[in-house]
Amino acid sequence: MMNSKYIFIAAATVFWMSSAWAQEPATPAMPEMDHSQMDHSDVQGRTSVAEDRMSGATKMGHGPVSESTPQVDHDMGSMDHGSMQGGSPPPDARDPHAYSGGYTLPPDRPLRMADEHNFGSLMIDRLERVRTRDNSSTVYDLQAWYGRTYDRVVLKAEGDVDDGKLQDAHTQMLWGHAISAYWDTQLGVRHDSGEEPSRTWLAFGVQGLAPYWFEMDITGYVGEHGRTALSIEAEYELLLTQKLILQPRVEANFFGKRDAERETGSGLSDLAAGVRLRYEIRRELAPYIGIERSSKFGGTADFVRAEGKQAKETRVVAGLRFWF
Amino acid sequence: MSTRRNFLTMPNLPRRRFLRGLAAGGVLMGLSPWLKPEWAHAADTATGSAPVLTGTEFDLTIAETPVNFTGTPRMATTINGSIPGPVLRWRQGDTVTLRVTNRLAVDTSIHWHGILLPFQMDGVPGISFPGIRPGETFTYRFRVVQSGTYWYHSHSGMQEQTGMYGAVIIDPPGKDPIHADREYVVQLSDWTDEHPMRVLSKLKMQSDYYNFNQPTTAEFFRDVSQDGVSAALAKRRMWNQMRMNPTDLADISAYSYTYLMNGVTPAGNWTGLFRPGEKVRLRFINSGAMTFFDVRIPGLKMTVVQADGQNVDPVTVDEIRLGVAETYDVIVTPKDDAYTIFAQSMDRTGHALGTLAVRAGMTAAVPAMDKPEPLTMGDMMGDMGGGTGGMDHSAAQGRASAAGGGTPGAAAHGGMAMDHSQHAIGGGMAMGAGTVRVRHAKSEYGPSVDMRVDTPRTNLDDPGIGLRNNGRRVLTYAELHTIGGPLDKRKAEREIELHLTGNMERYSWSFDGLEFGRSTPVHFRHGEQLRVILVNDTMMTHPMHMHGMWSELESPDGRFQVRKHTINVQPAQRVSFLVTADALGRWAWHCHLLLHMDAGMFREIVVA
Repeated sequence: MMNSKYIFIAAATVFWMSSAWAQEPATPAMPEMDHSQMDHSDVQGRTSVAEDRMSGATKMGHGPVSESTPQVDHDMGSMDHGSMQGGSPPPDARDPHAYSGGYTLPPDRPLRMADEHNFGSLMIDRLERVRTRDNSSTVYDLQAWYGRTYDRVVLKAEGDVDDGKLQDAHTQMLWGHAISAYWDTQLGVRHDSGEEPSRTWLAFGVQGLAPYWFEMDITGYVGEHGRTALSIEAEYELLLTQKLILQPRVEANFFGKRDAERETGSGLSDLAAGVRLRYEIRRELAPYIGIERSSKFGGTADFVRAEGKQAKETRVVAGLRFWF
Repeated sequence: MSTRRNFLTMPNLPRRRFLRGLAAGGVLMGLSPWLKPEWAHAADTATGSAPVLTGTEFDLTIAETPVNFTGTPRMATTINGSIPGPVLRWRQGDTVTLRVTNRLAVDTSIHWHGILLPFQMDGVPGISFPGIRPGETFTYRFRVVQSGTYWYHSHSGMQEQTGMYGAVIIDPPGKDPIHADREYVVQLSDWTDEHPMRVLSKLKMQSDYYNFNQPTTAEFFRDVSQDGVSAALAKRRMWNQMRMNPTDLADISAYSYTYLMNGVTPAGNWTGLFRPGEKVRLRFINSGAMTFFDVRIPGLKMTVVQADGQNVDPVTVDEIRLGVAETYDVIVTPKDDAYTIFAQSMDRTGHALGTLAVRAGMTAAVPAMDKPEPLTMGDMMGDMGGGTGGMDHSAAQGRASAAGGGTPGAAAHGGMAMDHSQHAIGGGMAMGAGTVRVRHAKSEYGPSVDMRVDTPRTNLDDPGIGLRNNGRRVLTYAELHTIGGPLDKRKAEREIELHLTGNMERYSWSFDGLEFGRSTPVHFRHGEQLRVILVNDTMMTHPMHMHGMWSELESPDGRFQVRKHTINVQPAQRVSFLVTADALGRWAWHCHLLLHMDAGMFREIVVA
């Protein structure tokens, strides 16, 4: 019973995500996402608007002004007049530099606004004590970023500590790049450490806000020996009052191959679904309590059961969310 | 009652702090080890009575001065040690010399807002001059060619937010056509104890950080019980689908702000005295960094006689919305006792106030704050014409007020092969209603823009969100007519369309989706007459300020309306104004919400 329920949630999440994306500019095909894209000129080269910009820019004796909208697939439907967000420019869209008369901003200008400043933030989304029927442990989940509005370095780390020992930790260092109003692509590496042998993966994913305010984080991974993985996280924030916030959260992990050393099977490996109720003393500081149902599936569940543990457990959590 | 309700629904609002303030005013001169009293004789330490400096030579010293508006001492950036800075009284036709000495550890600048002058005197670092380095004295010198109520402020960093602003009053050469028995400057502003860069960084992290008026589940269930499930859902569908917030009325609320009148907190109660029956001229100036103020004086009608320094045909109203950087002169004739000058913030989280009274120490009843009004669909979509699914009831309101005239936007959109350039210059076709064709920029289809309005409204008779149906007579731009008509009777030779854009989630603001750092200047040919069209593709009202030249606002049918230096462009609204490009040089053009400007809603204009 529970199994099918969770699979349903996962399936619904994926289905819903894909429908959400249909309204967004599609993400660039992942294989294209290499580091060379960080070079602005390269992004320009791929940009549909780049060509006519180029001539103007050359005339102005100034590097192409960055309009780093990656080339996106997109259906014509989103160009109709109901579309107020996303999409790609119609053929007669204005050139935003058409009024410049050849003038440019001096590159060494002393006037720099916040759009050219770096900002940063560290958000400890979950620092929580987890109690199950026969154990208790500590879990952390944080995300930090530093950079500008559309390009930033992102650090994500999560893990759990039991009896003072780091059990399982995933740490990712990513380049986050904005591709649409609400979505960033993320590209980088993930390192798994802890009790079991460590693993390193290439990570590529998207993070953002889907319609109806769902916060999504979907990342695919490619590791050594042909290993692949996919992780999906979705959160929603329900404001009971201005400061009391109920947050449903779902997280699922999939693996392409069985990895006996890390005791994971292939396919859907685990899924956690829970709710947390937090009270924002300040925006930056919110204690919470919550309950979560965690399930292992398939081969992963077999490994867990082989150790004499439960493949499914209910966790009671209490923790703190804070950021600076 | 509604005040009570507001505080209940905004539990984080520091009510005590808001009311406490310091009755004695903000600037603690006696404690200032940073200032030597070389000019102290010119400085009145009490805020609320900024010294008035007259003549043609002025010495202004910029320094850090400790203040205490909330019970917590903070450092402010002051001009001659007061907040607001001294009132500068000039006379039209004079040449004024202003020596500005920087005693800060960082660069500073003074911009003379709304004043026509050579661009090198305009005071925008990086555009008109290099800025004033620490220890340096910069001399501004220019001939005063206009009269009216204006103001001045720093254009460096966040100094304006930390207290660096003052009033400029320019008397006309002859007799002032506006008669008054006495007059007061009423300068409104907002103060935060937080470091302004920290505020910006918080908004970058969470753009609704200061909004404690967000839709909640409790309200949803209340709507369900009142209107049924489908109506309650419909009310939210569009907003939630688009990830927009109908209560996004101000980026910074009273959670952080203390609102000041002439540098005095509400508890300090700035007071202007009068004798019964006198005609009192109030020169309202909104020097807030981020706050729109809605001003009224219960029991008194206000006759608006001047807007942005320019005399207008008198119009009598109950209430005026002051966009950031706007000025309005009004005449009131108080009869007796006392009246409260009440200036509530647009998001209704707080207010500045003061008193007009026959004796010092008197007070009048303070009205309750209005309830914050959520944005309507019309504020998101403009003139919706044919209608859209999921429209809520409140949308009808926005549409009704948008129906000032003309073809529904949808028709204009329906593939009319109207050549842009033709309709710009061709045969005097009326601008505005009925002819609206929006042309989005290519750069609006990217991560920097979270919404685009295809069918903006063009009406100027909408007082704006929160003032639409409050039972009071509220001033609108449609009622403002500058006396004497336009300065330049020529028709526009050229048309420039720019869109006001942003991404609320990323807290980024821009023109055409390009922040300042990614933009190129806008070139005006020297001497040309041009029409500037601004389309607001966001849900916030932007007070747009073009330096160096007047913006002569047009009515929806293309007639001269009012001459201004700052024009509020409401959400999903399109405005057009004429500019005579007679001021050679490099000028700034930006949203006067300080953080919108700093986040990138800023362009350079080159007149050459």
